Amino acid sequence: MMRAMFTVFVKEFRENLRDRRTVMTALLFGPVFGPVFFAAMLQFSLDRSRLGSDETVEVTVMQPQNAPHLIAWLESQRIVMHPVTGDAAAARRAIAEQRARVVLEIPAQFGDQLGAGKPAVLRLYADSSRTGDERYSRRLATAISQYSQQIASQRLALRGIDGQQLTPIAVQDVDVATPAARALLVLGMLSFFIILSLLTGGMYLAIDTTVGERERGTLEPLLATPVPREALLLGKLMATCSYMMLSMAMTTVALCATLSRIDLEQFGMSANLGPRTALTIIAVTAPLIPFLATAMTLIAAWTRSAREAQAWLGVLQLVPTLPLVFASLMNLSATLPLMAVPSLSQHLLITRILRAEGLDGVQLTVSVVSSILLGALLALAAARIYRRESLLI
Amino acid sequence: MIEATRLAKRFATTIALRDVSFQAADGRITGLLGPNGAGKSTTLRILCATLAADSGSARIDGQIVTPANAALRQRLGVLPHNAGLYPTLTARENISYFGRLAGLSAPAARSRAAELVSQLELEDIADRRTKTFSQGQKIRTALARALVHNPRNLILDEPTSGLDVPAVRKLRAMLQQLRGLGHCIVFSSHVMQEVALLCDEVVVVARGTVVASGTPEALREGTGAGNFEDAFVALTGEDGQP
Repeated sequence: MMRAMFTVFVKEFRENLRDRRTVMTALLFGPVFGPVFFAAMLQFSLDRSRLGSDETVEVTVMQPQNAPHLIAWLESQRIVMHPVTGDAAAARRAIAEQRARVVLEIPAQFGDQLGAGKPAVLRLYADSSRTGDERYSRRLATAISQYSQQIASQRLALRGIDGQQLTPIAVQDVDVATPAARALLVLGMLSFFIILSLLTGGMYLAIDTTVGERERGTLEPLLATPVPREALLLGKLMATCSYMMLSMAMTTVALCATLSRIDLEQFGMSANLGPRTALTIIAVTAPLIPFLATAMTLIAAWTRSAREAQAWLGVLQLVPTLPLVFASLMNLSATLPLMAVPSLSQHLLITRILRAEGLDGVQLTVSVVSSILLGALLALAAARIYRRESLLI
Repeated sequence: MIEATRLAKRFATTIALRDVSFQAADGRITGLLGPNGAGKSTTLRILCATLAADSGSARIDGQIVTPANAALRQRLGVLPHNAGLYPTLTARENISYFGRLAGLSAPAARSRAAELVSQLELEDIADRRTKTFSQGQKIRTALARALVHNPRNLILDEPTSGLDVPAVRKLRAMLQQLRGLGHCIVFSSHVMQEVALLCDEVVVVARGTVVASGTPEALREGTGAGNFEDAFVALTGEDGQP
């Protein structure tokens, strides 16, 4: 029985390896391109959100002659002015045609209003739907409000009042997030990627070894061989599991390797992504493999065609990601009962590893034992389906 | 020796077999003849233990066939409808995989596959993937695979369907050779000429029931028909267009 199981495993593993399309999706696109793409996106969004106060901002100004002092102050704040002439419509057009990111209009009455002690009106044109331009208008607005604050303080000082009277309450933010925990905001997608890689890695084989084999007409001679059906099932499950393991391990290593190249320290985040972390994540996730492999095999064996199986397994891909969504929405932390839920417990454990919080032995044991136990229960259900003759027709 | 005793089988809405009994002796070729949908494939699948009968029994060499009795299938080689080969494996790999499943060691399975490759004249195509094979090449490869563990009993489901004349003649010669070696061969067909030419014994099945059995000559004489085709029509009640 053991030998037959191993024979089935070797054949399924080799046969799947020959299908170039499958190997590409299961072992290349998912595990390698996914993380690289993710890292590139991350780097891009970090670059864009970086608020360097030393960065020079370029702004288009209309009628700068109306406020020479303000212009001088802004220039001292590393804001470069490009004077133009025109009216409000020209400003709107300049933004719409993407000739300018931000346009500052200084109306003719600005000086008079300022002199009379009335709120002097400036207009700042920007397109809030262009998220990348937001930091330019924010820099400009901040500089202007600092200038405004200065004038207010001077006015009060002239009347013998301390400028500090304007700020009766001062709030100080104290961020207690550790650098690693802060990084987690960005790296929260990691466990999602890792668990998804298990499903994409094993999906094709789960279909091919059951309903695919039935469609090709190879299941009938296979069932007529002197091998117990349980041995056939276990051999196929082993092949599915090994592809899932390969896919997951490659994804984890690729994620850790690419993300550790991103300089997260620069943003006050320390990501804990060394080889040790990668190995621990792989080890913690591995007990989930038999459970998911059997679930996919069970569904595929129950469907009528490979097409139908693909549709159902597409739905199944959402299921292990649901606990992840709940966990982040409800801000769940690792408690003992949650450790009994497959995929949720792995998500929580991966999160702890990334936060460099250390693993709790009892929690780890509950996660491993419950995942393997539930996997074994599903395997019994799959064996029942394999004994049924409806498997064949 | 293959025996079927009062086999009955129904699927959700249809009755596939009502009452099928026959005996196929060693060293003889027994043909299961009947129009499409008569119950031939269902009968063969029950004999291979891939389906279970609702009532009645199937025996191979005297032992009752059940899906759980895996060891009994050691005595049985099966060529299913449309060959059922793995398209991404070569002919040689298809053959030796089933040898391994039947318990041969890796070297033994390899040398047995080589033996069958030369015996069934598969040398030219042995190391090619089977997805490009012609129907005749597929059937010969599947026959080699069915023989890999040297079973006494052989079940073939419509082995000649889709074959051209030279391929049919080649297959016929092979089956006659196997009969000479003492194998018990059961095959199904809906082609009367085929059965008449090859079989020692014919079992005519129609609507899930055995309507007649005997040698081709005896069947022809029994119905008083001038040729085998007329005998078939008389026996099955079909109008000759299966």
